[in-house]
Amino acid sequence: MKSKFIPLILIFIFLITFVIFFKGLKNSNIYTPNTNLKKEVPLFELKSFENNSIIISEKIFEDNKYYLMNIWASWCIPCKEEHKFLMKLKKDERIELIGFNYKDNFKNASSFLKDLGNPYNIIVSDKDGTASIEWGAYGVPESFLVHQNKIIKRFIGPINDENLLEIQKIIR
Amino acid sequence: MKFIPIFLIVSIILNFNLLKADEIKTENKIAKNLRCLICQGQSVYDSDSEFAISLKLVIKNKIQQGLSEEQIYSFLKMKYGEWILYDPVFNRNTYFLWLLPILIFLAGGAIIIKRFYNKK
Repeated sequence: MKSKFIPLILIFIFLITFVIFFKGLKNSNIYTPNTNLKKEVPLFELKSFENNSIIISEKIFEDNKYYLMNIWASWCIPCKEEHKFLMKLKKDERIELIGFNYKDNFKNASSFLKDLGNPYNIIVSDKDGTASIEWGAYGVPESFLVHQNKIIKRFIGPINDENLLEIQKIIR
Repeated sequence: MKFIPIFLIVSIILNFNLLKADEIKTENKIAKNLRCLICQGQSVYDSDSEFAISLKLVIKNKIQQGLSEEQIYSFLKMKYGEWILYDPVFNRNTYFLWLLPILIFLAGGAIIIKRFYNKK
């Protein structure tokens, strides 16, 4: 009786472990956050990039428009890549671009915009990165599509052709 | 008489330091319990990435605003999802994770007791 059961249990445990690990092999071990969220825009009070006046979030997103909140920095190489797409998006009147200058210095950031063009309607500076944490951001570059004070979509990493089409489809 | 103000100032400074030490302690404890989402296998406390540096600053600010540890965890959970917490919550997805060790422990105990009685 005893000798019959133990090998059976062992085989059973082995099988379960095998199945779990085998399934785990196929799972992606990269964490992919949810990009379709309907979250309220977090409130913030940040200094304007150009002059040091205070800008309140409620003032920025008050119209019934689409807004793309883009976190960028002059030291971030992928930001240069996505810049041309932001410039394309600037031409669209249905959307406003809000720049979130992340842990940057004024001189470098201004020359970045001078060289590549300024796609933003408003730029605020997030000197210590804490406001980006309030948005649930991971780093630079990252963009949030906002409509009626709600984040409707987020783009982690540089915006590419595909994302641009997606944004244009949403705001149409 | 002169000693009284000096004594007061010294005691206030000492108390302030103690408070500050407490704050730093909770700050570190929280940072150790958070997963750095953009690093591999590191806690926020261990990481020096821009994300972790900002997050540590946010924790510090929240403590100074008077938020409790639990409130800070739930704030971050709301922003980044449950994945940021090292301690997985007991729910449908984690039943197996939490209950399996207990089951194994009970089964082991049962085997030991059975053997013990059989010997007797």
